[in-house]
Amino acid sequence: MTAAPAISVRGLCKSFGALVVAQAIDLDLMPGARVALIGPNGAGKTTFVNLLTGFLRPDLGTIEMQGENIERLAPEDRVRRGLARTHQINTLLLENTVRENVAIAVAEREGFAWRALRFARQWRACLDEAQAQLEQMDIGAAAERPVAGLPYGQQRLLEIAIALSLKPRVLLLDEPAAGVPAHEAHVIHEALNRLPDSIAILIIEHDMDIVFRFAQEIVVLVQGRVLTRGVPAAISADPQVRAVYLGKTVV
Amino acid sequence: MPLKSIARPLALAGHALPWLIVIGYFFTADYYLSFGTEIMIWILFAMSLDLALGYAGILTLGHAAFFGVGAYAAGLFAIHVSPDPLLGHLAAIALAALLGLMTGAMILHTTGVTLLMLTLAIVSVISQYANQANDLTGGDNGLQGIKLAPIFGRFEFNLFGQTAYVYTAIVLFIWFLIAWRIVHSPFGRSLGGIRQNPRRMRAIGTPVWWRLLAIYTISAAMAGSAGALSADATSFVGLSVLDLLSSGIAAVMLILGGVRRIYGAFVGATIYFVVQDYTAKISPFFWEFVVGGMLMATVLFLEGGLMDLGNVARRAVERWRGGADDA
Repeated sequence: MTAAPAISVRGLCKSFGALVVAQAIDLDLMPGARVALIGPNGAGKTTFVNLLTGFLRPDLGTIEMQGENIERLAPEDRVRRGLARTHQINTLLLENTVRENVAIAVAEREGFAWRALRFARQWRACLDEAQAQLEQMDIGAAAERPVAGLPYGQQRLLEIAIALSLKPRVLLLDEPAAGVPAHEAHVIHEALNRLPDSIAILIIEHDMDIVFRFAQEIVVLVQGRVLTRGVPAAISADPQVRAVYLGKTVV
Repeated sequence: MPLKSIARPLALAGHALPWLIVIGYFFTADYYLSFGTEIMIWILFAMSLDLALGYAGILTLGHAAFFGVGAYAAGLFAIHVSPDPLLGHLAAIALAALLGLMTGAMILHTTGVTLLMLTLAIVSVISQYANQANDLTGGDNGLQGIKLAPIFGRFEFNLFGQTAYVYTAIVLFIWFLIAWRIVHSPFGRSLGGIRQNPRRMRAIGTPVWWRLLAIYTISAAMAGSAGALSADATSFVGLSVLDLLSSGIAAVMLILGGVRRIYGAFVGATIYFVVQDYTAKISPFFWEFVVGGMLMATVLFLEGGLMDLGNVARRAVERWRGGADDA
């Protein structure tokens, strides 16, 4: 028995009426884990992320972090316990600069975001930390630009930078490369490789190139149910997986 | 280059300008002084709406509720409790804030048209109550017999309105400093984030509902303060302080002056009243035609309201300089 899981999911269920979108899903993420969640469209991948992060409430099942059950907590309370996510579609603050987008998250993490008095020093510190985070993601040069005019690939990197600035224990990446043109995909890939080792990461991605290079373990979801799981080599060889999913896109 | 070197003095002059006008007006207005007091009260009311509607994106047309409750609270306090205007003012602020807190807690989990309807419903309910509660509010006749003691026992509210003017200016200045501080703080920035994308803010750990409730309460306190000033300045509170339309007028002022500019409320309320004063002399119908035209022109050509004129001018100068450099 080594360390405890960073997050532990047991028997997670969710239905919308007769439509079952999550069916008894179990998942453990150890600190430093790199797990990919794949499955055909409509398999319930994003639903699963929304269940984990609290944007949806599960009908049944538990989610545990640091020995605490979090499945009934609001999204913002889960974030404060170290669970961060990126969004499939950018949800950046378009009117703010790139740096402000990160600084606002840092302020929130540090509990400065209630401050309306004597905040100058703290806010400066938030901006400085934001700048460092951006440089780590190789978009430091764009710090002063409004997000609205930023190239799409860099917006995706900013999504990740914001999530990282929350110093999460568990990071959920919902299609980090979605919509990024092929010639820019390597930038996302390199950024993923540089993510801190200590964070447990669950990635949802359609780009099998990224999935097989990044993940140590792959979980295959079909119709809200875990079809199978295993190391990448085993998954790509699994005839069942090839039938429902991989066969259509890879090799 | 010279453009940059004069930027800072220019900005300082810009900040000083509204207050120089406030001071200058005091010495030159004569019988028109109460007109200036009224404008400042509306500036404060529009500024309170800007915090909630402009900065935090809380879709409300019910701010008249807080203005009205503040006005009635100040008037009733003077009649029944104490004639001290400062105590009455604090009571009005507290009551408006409490109302903001209570109604905000009930409605701020909703958004969009639902929220808009709820804010309208709240102001309608309160307005009807004030209309029915004859014994308390005087109903249709309004609240009469407000007699205020001199401020600090020295400055009496007189017929010419000097005390009311200075008092209103000082209160406006204090609220202006508070609003300025709020919108530039991390708290204010998080509100801007909530307005743009509440989901994003929840994903970074923002307690969205609490933060909206906080600014709604502050904004209500500010609107209540404006209401109290109006009660003090006129020694009268009528049902019109709870008029549904006044929230709309404040919104029109913000759009004219510029939403999310702080000074937008100053420019918008002033233009509104000055133009009204001039055109209403010609014809009351003409006035509505003019304000409608101004509103359309602003929305079509100046996205950021009249406060945007500066930016438009700067861009024009830069374009002209850029053109000169190319040549």
